[in-house]
Amino acid sequence: MDLSFVIAVEVLYAVASLVLISAGLAVVFGMMKVINLAHGEFMMLGGYTTITAVGLGVNVFIAMLVIAPLVVGLIGLIVERLVIRHLYGRLVDTMLATWGLSLVFIGLATMIFGNTTTGISTPIPGFAVGNYQISGYNFFIIVVAVVLVIAMLAVLRGTRAGLIARGTMQRADMAAALGYSPDRIYMATFFCGSALSGLAGAVLAPLVGLVPTSGGAYIAKAFITVIAGGPSLIAGLLSSATSFGVVNQVFTFAISPVIGEVALLVAAVILLRLMPQGITGRFFKGKL
Amino acid sequence: MERSLGKDITATLIVSALLIWLLPMMVATYTLTVLVIYGMLGLSLGLIWGFGGILCFGQAAFFGLGAYTYAIAAINFGESTVPMLLAVLVPLIFAAVLGALMFYGRLTDVYLGVITLVVTLILFKFVNSTAGPQYVIGNARLGGYNGIPGFQTLNVPGNPDAFIWGDPYFYFCAVTLVIVFLLVTWLLRSSFGRVAIGIRENETRMALMGYDVAARKTVLFAIGAAIAGLAGALFANWGEIVTPGLFSLGQSAEIIIWCIVGGLGTRLGPILGAAGLAYLKFMLGQQSLIDNTLITGLILVLFVLFLPKGLVPAVAALWKASFGRARRRPHARQRRKARHG
Repeated sequence: MDLSFVIAVEVLYAVASLVLISAGLAVVFGMMKVINLAHGEFMMLGGYTTITAVGLGVNVFIAMLVIAPLVVGLIGLIVERLVIRHLYGRLVDTMLATWGLSLVFIGLATMIFGNTTTGISTPIPGFAVGNYQISGYNFFIIVVAVVLVIAMLAVLRGTRAGLIARGTMQRADMAAALGYSPDRIYMATFFCGSALSGLAGAVLAPLVGLVPTSGGAYIAKAFITVIAGGPSLIAGLLSSATSFGVVNQVFTFAISPVIGEVALLVAAVILLRLMPQGITGRFFKGKL
Repeated sequence: MERSLGKDITATLIVSALLIWLLPMMVATYTLTVLVIYGMLGLSLGLIWGFGGILCFGQAAFFGLGAYTYAIAAINFGESTVPMLLAVLVPLIFAAVLGALMFYGRLTDVYLGVITLVVTLILFKFVNSTAGPQYVIGNARLGGYNGIPGFQTLNVPGNPDAFIWGDPYFYFCAVTLVIVFLLVTWLLRSSFGRVAIGIRENETRMALMGYDVAARKTVLFAIGAAIAGLAGALFANWGEIVTPGLFSLGQSAEIIIWCIVGGLGTRLGPILGAAGLAYLKFMLGQQSLIDNTLITGLILVLFVLFLPKGLVPAVAALWKASFGRARRRPHARQRRKARHG
């Protein structure tokens, strides 16, 4: 009984962390068709922002949930203005340019913070379930992921801003004819995507030792989850994160964490081979 | 491609002979060897990406596979001729299987990128975790994060005690690169190469003309992997150790950057890009003011933004614009003469 509860929490946590890791990329790719390979580095910067802010005496939750998204969002804004806006519609070129950006960020972080591992302790203590110890922070991540998905759904579906953004992504020329500036809207969307990346990096920061190259650990997972999810933003994100999270945890518990990671990657290859347009290219068509 | 094959080969041979003779006077052969090997690796991606339109995010996988195959086989056989052949064959077969899986599934650009990236990651994670004594192939322990040191390096075929190293090894690598370059030249001039370029330009059209697009892409992909595998084996001989770092994403990224900077759709571009950037990295590694990665990244961003075609095509266009006219004029006169009799 206790063991099944622990496993259930671990599976939920794996799914939640995949959702968190991929949300920023999903907004940027799912809506703008820009593949941001610097996504992992945005997360890394979010983590460093949190650690720096905590070091300056800010409350850890404010640092994670407010300061990190804002700072990384602003960095994203600068990047969009300088580089990405020149490359809209050129998928491969944006991928390459953002890959270059990711290297630039790694270099900058190495120069500023040094090539050493930094970290902060988890702000929520763990507790025992029967004979097992569970990290209380896992619950926090699950809660953040759930709130995040609901908030994204609410903004995209329920607000005028979300409607305008979705309309612009579908037909930029029509939106322009109706008096909205696609340029501005792209900019704002990229800001939101970067902020989400920053948030994810900040929330996950207490769990990992942060080094300038930490981003590399996230980008592949995020990339796979988003591509396998397919064209629908939220349905795709949830469905692929769930399938990969479950596969990962099942193999982790059955064999070993390394095999769990490998199983996730193998599952991605098989999934893409069977459904080249992603999960939502076949199921849940036309949903958000 | 308007020059004849004979002229092309002669020019290649003369220029490369000059370079092989002159370069060791300027740069240490130890450094030059690795530049040559990187050039070959760049050429392998330049072939499949620049001429086949297949953007492979995991060329490092084949590079690493070649290196590991060589190391493992060399430990088991105690000589280097068979391992060299295996180091080409294993990536070739691996890529043929992977390519068939992808191209018969009609996967294109981004999805192709994801799968090759993921396969590289799987290899990286797997090899990284093989530290325990249970991971053994023959006599060779895979060694996990520490890699495999101490294998037999290149020797004269049939005589395992006559090692090829130092200056002779540089000449060996350089000549191998020239041979590979000539083979690639020949391949691109053959009908197979022309069809491959056709597929890059318009896949649907080539399919409608009756060519088996998936099969041709698979073969091209496998050839690229074989060249990368050969480069990997040469690299293993040069470094005398193989580590999981060969499979890393950073390595893949670098290969792509070489191709972009040197110029896609040219044979020379990726080689020059690889050698030039690797040398630049080597020079930058000697200072500590600015981080190395930062500069690599900046170069990539700037090239994508301002010179997306790369250096070699840009220089060629400049050359044509400044010196090409002199050659075209007599040509025009001849035509006029021919028309007016």
